[in-house]
Amino acid sequence: MAIVVERKSPTLLERTYLPQIVSGLFITFKNIFKPRVTLQYPDQPPVLPKGYRGAPTLVRDSEGREKCVSCQLCEFVCPSKAIRVTPGEISPDSPYAYIEKAPKEFKIDMSRCIFCGMCEEACPEKAIVLQNEFSINAATRAGLVRNKQALYAAGGVMPDRIKKWKKVKDNSEFGRKH
Amino acid sequence: MEKQTVNVNINGVDCEVLAGQNVLEACRSVGVEIPYFCYHPNLQVAGSCRMCLIYTGMPARDRATGELLKNDDGTVKIAFAPKPSIACGTKVAEGMHIITNSKEVENCRKAVIEFLLLNHPLDCPICDKAGECKLQEYAHKYGNAESRFVENKNVKPKRVEVAGKIIMDSERCIECSRCIRFCREFIGRDIFGFTKRGSKTEISVYPGGDNDSNYLLNVVDGCPVGALTEKAFRFQMRTWFLKATKSICAESSAGVNTRVWSREGKIYRITPRRNQAVNETWMSDSGRYIYRRFEQKNRLSVPRIDSSPCELQYAIDRCMEIMKLGNIAIVANAWQTVEEQFVIAELAKACGAKVHMVSHLGEDDGKLVSADRTPNMRGAFVTGLVKEYPKADLRGLAESVRAGEVKTVLCFREDLNDLGFEPKDFKAANIIYCGALENSTSQIAKICVPMRGEFEKYGMWINRQFRIQRFEKAVEAPKDTISDISFLLTVLRDVSKQSFAMPSISEVRKRMCAEIPALKGCENVGDEGKLIDASAFADIDFPESDAMHYTKKNPQTEASARESETK
Amino acid sequence: MDAFILNFSNFAILADAAEVAPACPTACEFALNILLKVVFSLVCVVVVMSFAGLSVVAERKVCAYIQGRYGPNRTAIPIVVAIPILGNFLKKNGLMQLVADGLKFLLKEDPLPAHVNKFWYMIAPVMALSPVLIAACVIPFGVYWTDGGVMAPLAVANFDVSLLFALAIGALGVYGAIMAGWSSNSKFPYMGGMRASAQVISYELAMGLSVLSVVLMVGTNANVDSPLSMFEIGKAQSGLWFCITQPVAALIFLIALFAETNRLPFDMAESETDLVSGFHTEYGSFKFGLFFVGEYGHMVVGSSLFITLFLGAWNPFPGFVWPESWGWISSALSLLTFLVKIAAMLFFFIWVRWTLPRFRYDQVMRIGWKAMVPLALLNFVAYLVFVSI
Repeated sequence: MAIVVERKSPTLLERTYLPQIVSGLFITFKNIFKPRVTLQYPDQPPVLPKGYRGAPTLVRDSEGREKCVSCQLCEFVCPSKAIRVTPGEISPDSPYAYIEKAPKEFKIDMSRCIFCGMCEEACPEKAIVLQNEFSINAATRAGLVRNKQALYAAGGVMPDRIKKWKKVKDNSEFGRKH
Repeated sequence: MEKQTVNVNINGVDCEVLAGQNVLEACRSVGVEIPYFCYHPNLQVAGSCRMCLIYTGMPARDRATGELLKNDDGTVKIAFAPKPSIACGTKVAEGMHIITNSKEVENCRKAVIEFLLLNHPLDCPICDKAGECKLQEYAHKYGNAESRFVENKNVKPKRVEVAGKIIMDSERCIECSRCIRFCREFIGRDIFGFTKRGSKTEISVYPGGDNDSNYLLNVVDGCPVGALTEKAFRFQMRTWFLKATKSICAESSAGVNTRVWSREGKIYRITPRRNQAVNETWMSDSGRYIYRRFEQKNRLSVPRIDSSPCELQYAIDRCMEIMKLGNIAIVANAWQTVEEQFVIAELAKACGAKVHMVSHLGEDDGKLVSADRTPNMRGAFVTGLVKEYPKADLRGLAESVRAGEVKTVLCFREDLNDLGFEPKDFKAANIIYCGALENSTSQIAKICVPMRGEFEKYGMWINRQFRIQRFEKAVEAPKDTISDISFLLTVLRDVSKQSFAMPSISEVRKRMCAEIPALKGCENVGDEGKLIDASAFADIDFPESDAMHYTKKNPQTEASARESETK
Repeated sequence: MDAFILNFSNFAILADAAEVAPACPTACEFALNILLKVVFSLVCVVVVMSFAGLSVVAERKVCAYIQGRYGPNRTAIPIVVAIPILGNFLKKNGLMQLVADGLKFLLKEDPLPAHVNKFWYMIAPVMALSPVLIAACVIPFGVYWTDGGVMAPLAVANFDVSLLFALAIGALGVYGAIMAGWSSNSKFPYMGGMRASAQVISYELAMGLSVLSVVLMVGTNANVDSPLSMFEIGKAQSGLWFCITQPVAALIFLIALFAETNRLPFDMAESETDLVSGFHTEYGSFKFGLFFVGEYGHMVVGSSLFITLFLGAWNPFPGFVWPESWGWISSALSLLTFLVKIAAMLFFFIWVRWTLPRFRYDQVMRIGWKAMVPLALLNFVAYLVFVSI
């Protein structure tokens, strides 16, 4: 049951507001002499916390293989439709031919990206990672659309604990390459 | 004919289902889903996947007297089979008890999924089937999150090309044998087969020889996993991005029901849609790629007058000016919808024009590609555009153009150059070409109006069984094109001063169904289409030969028999 | 209405004053006199304007400090900033920001909306600023001693009714807001203008009543023949200041002053939270700049009035005056005292703004009519009774 709390009626002095105003003025006056909390941004770099979600990037594994297999789950999950993947096939001559699929083109429109990190969460290959870059700028709108090359350049290498696509089995007993 | 039914008890609920069905179909008919991989409604039952295991039982009878046994509380005692059986291979029987939701059934499914996944590569991120894969769905529902399998997985051939249009990946195969059965039963030839034994069993193709068929790609639709994928669709687009639109195949008068899969105005593939009375679950490979006709290269997308581009509205206005001069002939075609043909008939009546049509014949394969390579020639008969089956030439029309009897030819899609017209005839009359594609007529026509293709409009077609079927718009048309129906209604309003209350397809459909007796009640045909009265056309010699669900003599009986079977 | 009546009577008095002024002996001296007045006026304008400008910077800086920020400290003028210590000082204290702001007002495109009443729309900003500058000419910024040892005020114009003049002309500033609100032909400015007029009417009463008790106090002294002269009021505070002897009147005047100058917590005419930007919503560029400077000019003049009336004018401490014997040093010190007091008042204005939230409109009206006016009346009557006893 709701409890009705009687509101205390203010005293005459309180009704003039003057004590409150004076005490308020006193508080703001004290604040003048407190240290400033503003971060002087371009001069002082901000300290980014762990797990900071900056620009999304594509990463390679320790062998330099592109991790992305263009499953397009990031494109699907992206709430702002910033990601556009054009899937492609890995040529049979490549040492990674057994992976079969890799992005032909991978574009992220940084002007649409909202840095929610859902692409990173959805990625089954841990290939797309939101890293620390937060100051993203370009002279044109088109310049804000990063292509595959730019995304890999920004991403670098991020080794995996488990090498999912590494075939440990010796296939020679079957007389097959793969 | 009254259908025979039997009473069964499914998960404790008494139901009445059709006799002679298997348990899987019976359960599905009352809304109880049983998972399965190898079962296919139009193929023979193989029972190889064991996913549809259920428990069945019959009322127990005393062996000596044959009387029903009772439980202690007076209810009928049910003698359940000691082991589960497969739902696809068990026929329903009177009094049968079926359990699909017990703990044991759940355990069966979990065990089957675990075995199927033992050697599965789990490469969903790169698999084209992901999103419409039965294995993926059931693994999600019944599978374990962690594998208990510690050995190395089997390695089988991957990335094998079959007949130049399928990529085969044996590692993904769950040995359901659907593809083997399809080829044997529908194509009538063995193309796929199993090799090796036990867990090393692989799906393989007969070495050498001709493994191609115009129906081969149906195994891709049939494959419950990603073992067989279409080469043309390989790595093009993930299925969950695609929007499926119900459509009808325009390849021939068979009227195959299809789904058009598109994303952002681009068509990626066409797959068959189940219609037991027409195409069951199949379609031809050639029909899957007809959307490529409308790709950029041949597409007519700019209105032209005297070969110079102009505004669409200007071109239409000029058409109407020319039409006012009289002496018109209309060349209609059988790709047009019934509604469009109806408006053409009205237009012809209003301006006293004669309607000419051209047949497009091909080879009849006795299955789903018929001799008549247009989807709607029956519609022209029903709407009264033609009285007898047309031939593939327009020399008669060319003659009257030369004679000066015809001053204007309103030509829809047909290429007059191939049909008896000579270049000088194009000078003698005003040729208005309306179509979605470029051809030699569009190059030299006086006025060229870009129209919309089959995938860019709504409408109905009548197939060889005289079954009227509806199709939907799958993608947006390019700008500067006009739908046939809008163009025709605009011209009709101008020529005859008669107008429709609302110049829309539904308005035309309403009026058409009211005016043509055969089409009574066809405003809203369902997904299966609707057979219409064809007795008026019984003595017309149609070019199609007997084929799947079609007999030349009596198309209606065969088709309606199939229809009742589905229901 | 009140303002209007005062206004008219005022001009009549002015005309009288001009008639009785002694005629100048020669044309040359006459011209020199005129020239001097012009120069003094200009100096006065410069003082008011520069205070207004500086208070803009102060506003931003004090606000920032109260909120734990730095305030403007990055704007720099290329060559000036290179001057060793001064450049950095100017930059860090946001003084170059002041220049940038001013230039922005000057250089931006000056739009004239199509739907406004052009004439009144153009004249409104002028109307907002000019009364402030006119009123400033009667303020005694300090004192000096003539050759005869007579104390005279450092004011452009010194006449018997200068207080009335200042109040009347100062109150005219609100016409700028009303005209802007009306001529903008748009709902938010209109409401802003209406609020401004209602507020001025409400608070002018209390203000006038609080001033009366001061005038009465000055007038009871037999030596003073013109108690409405600001110079005389200042002179009367050589002993105790009126804020000590008349605390209630001082408080009422101060509160009314906030309302008159449209400062928070009485920011009704502008009230960004509910009126977009109040009466100057449709203004931009230089015309907006005039309103902006007008508001701060109003603060400067209002502060001067309060200082003259209650804060001992040019006197440094209660009971202490700058001695005549120090000659021109005393004069300079009196001027300095006055300016320091203005600066302190401006700080107070800003300080209050960033401490108190805005009143609701009905609260403003309630305080004005139900609290301020009765209190001012009571104070006046009580003082009247006290004096007559």
